[in-house]
Amino acid sequence: MQNIVVVGAGQAGASLVARLRAKGFTGSVTLVGEEAEAPYQRPPLSKGYLLGEMPLERLLLRAASFYEEQKITLKTGTRVSSIDREGKRVLLADGTALPYDALALTTGSRPRMLAPVIGGDLEGLYPVRGLTDVDAMAKEFREGARALIVGGGYIGLEAAAVASKLGLKVTLLEAAPRILQRVAAPETSDWFRALHRAHGVDLREGMGLAKLLGRDGRVCGAELADGSTIEADFAIIGIGIHPDVTLADAAGIALDNGIAVDMHGRTSDPAIYAAGDCASFPYRGHRIRLESVQNAIDQAEAVADTMLGAEEPYVPKPWFWSDQYDVKLQIAGLNTGYDRVVVRPGSREGTQSVWYYHGETLLAVDAMNEPRAYMQGKRWIEAGISPAPEGVADATKELKSLV
Amino acid sequence: MAKITYIEHNGTEHVVDVPNGMTVMEGARDNGIPGIDADCGGACACSTCHVYVDPAWTDRLPAKDDMEIDMLDFAWNPGETSRLTCQLRVTDALDGLVVRMPEKQI
Repeated sequence: MQNIVVVGAGQAGASLVARLRAKGFTGSVTLVGEEAEAPYQRPPLSKGYLLGEMPLERLLLRAASFYEEQKITLKTGTRVSSIDREGKRVLLADGTALPYDALALTTGSRPRMLAPVIGGDLEGLYPVRGLTDVDAMAKEFREGARALIVGGGYIGLEAAAVASKLGLKVTLLEAAPRILQRVAAPETSDWFRALHRAHGVDLREGMGLAKLLGRDGRVCGAELADGSTIEADFAIIGIGIHPDVTLADAAGIALDNGIAVDMHGRTSDPAIYAAGDCASFPYRGHRIRLESVQNAIDQAEAVADTMLGAEEPYVPKPWFWSDQYDVKLQIAGLNTGYDRVVVRPGSREGTQSVWYYHGETLLAVDAMNEPRAYMQGKRWIEAGISPAPEGVADATKELKSLV
Repeated sequence: MAKITYIEHNGTEHVVDVPNGMTVMEGARDNGIPGIDADCGGACACSTCHVYVDPAWTDRLPAKDDMEIDMLDFAWNPGETSRLTCQLRVTDALDGLVVRMPEKQI
C-alpha cells in the first residue's frame, strides 16, 4: 500500500487521514475537498457559529500546519469529476489524476431543498450545511426580521433557537404531527415544543408548506397547507439530507440508502471504502446510516485501521448532542424499535431524561441538561445492561444504585 | 497568552503558548498534541478532553459548573484535580498551567 486517497474533507475525511498517520502509515496520503476551507466542525454552524460566538479559526478540526507536519496533501477547493476504478485513479475537475491503492469516500451529504414548483428557486432560502450557507444567511439575522423555518428536526430547532435569541420573529413549520417525530419519542418532542414556545417561537406542527410566496424573485412569505399565509423575510430549510453518492453511483459502486459498505467499511469494490454520513452499514440485522459526529469519527477510524490490516468490525456506539437556548440535549444509543418510554424527572429544575426500551432492553436515552443520565445510560447501553424501567422512573433512586 | 505545559500519559511534555480566549482543549488541538480527543469539539458533550490539573493549579482555575462536574464523574478514572479542558478558557492568569493526560479518554 503506497497511495491512499480520501475524497471528502469533512469530519470523516479529516479523522481518517489523521488516524492513518497516528497508526504509523508512511505512504502518501491525499485528502481532497470541494470547500475552500481546511476541514472544520459542522455542528457549531447551527449553534455557536451562527450566533456569532465562534470565529472560523476555532471551527477548524486541525491547525492548518497539521497537514504539512503530518505530510498529508490537503487539496481544498478541488472537485473530483470521476473515479477510474480500472486504472485506480481519481480524476479531478482540473484534468489531473490521483492514483490510489486504497480510496475512501467520505463525501457526506447534501441538504434536501424545496422543489422550484413550490418556490424552492426563490432568493432568500438557506440550508444549514456548510460555512458558505451560514455565512450567506448571517446578513438576514437582524433584530426584528421575520424568519420562517421549514422543518422541525434538530437543524430547524437549533436555527430557531439562535434566531430567537438574536431577537428575530420566528415561525417554525413541521409537516409531521410533531417536531422531532423521526428521531425522538413524543415525550422529548413535548419538552422541546414547550421550550421553544416559552422563547416566543411560533411553532406549528402538523402544518405542511403549500408553497413559498415570492416578490421580485425573493421569498416574502408562505402559503400553508390550510390555506393561511404568513409573511417572512427569509427562510431556513431544514428538511433533511441526502447522502452524497454521486461519485460512487457514477462509478457503479453498490448503493443502498447511501454507499453500501460492510462491517469494515468496504464498498462493493475491494479497493474502495466509505465512511460517515454517506455510508450505510450492517447493524443488528439491518442496514443503517448515521448522520453524526460520532459515526463520522469512529467509522472513518475503523476504515483507516482496515486499510492498514486490522480485522475488527465497526460496531457503532452512537451518541449525539444538540444545543438549544440554555439546554444541552445529549443522546446515547439508538432508539430504533422502541416500544416503551420512561420519563425520569431531572435532578434540577428544567432537566429531564427520556429512556427508550424494547421490552426490558434499554436502547437509548435522551437527556436534557442531565449529563448524569446521559453518561450512565451510555455506559449501560454499551455494556448491554438494562436497568428496570420502574427504577429509572423513580427519581428518588440514584441511577448508580439500580444495577 | 498563557504558556501551558501538556504532559502525555507516557511522560512526553509539550510546552506551548495558547492565546487568550481559546480553551485549553483548543491549545492542544491546534498544536497537534495527542491525548485530548475532544470528539464534540468543545460542547461539553463527550468528556473526551479530560486532564488532571497540576495540584498547584486546582484552586487557581475558574470553578466547575454543574454540567462539567457531572460529565467528569463519568470520565476515564476521574480524580480530585480532573477538569474538562474544553471548559477552561485561557487568560493571562493561566500562564504556567500544567496539565497531565489520563491513560485514555473514555
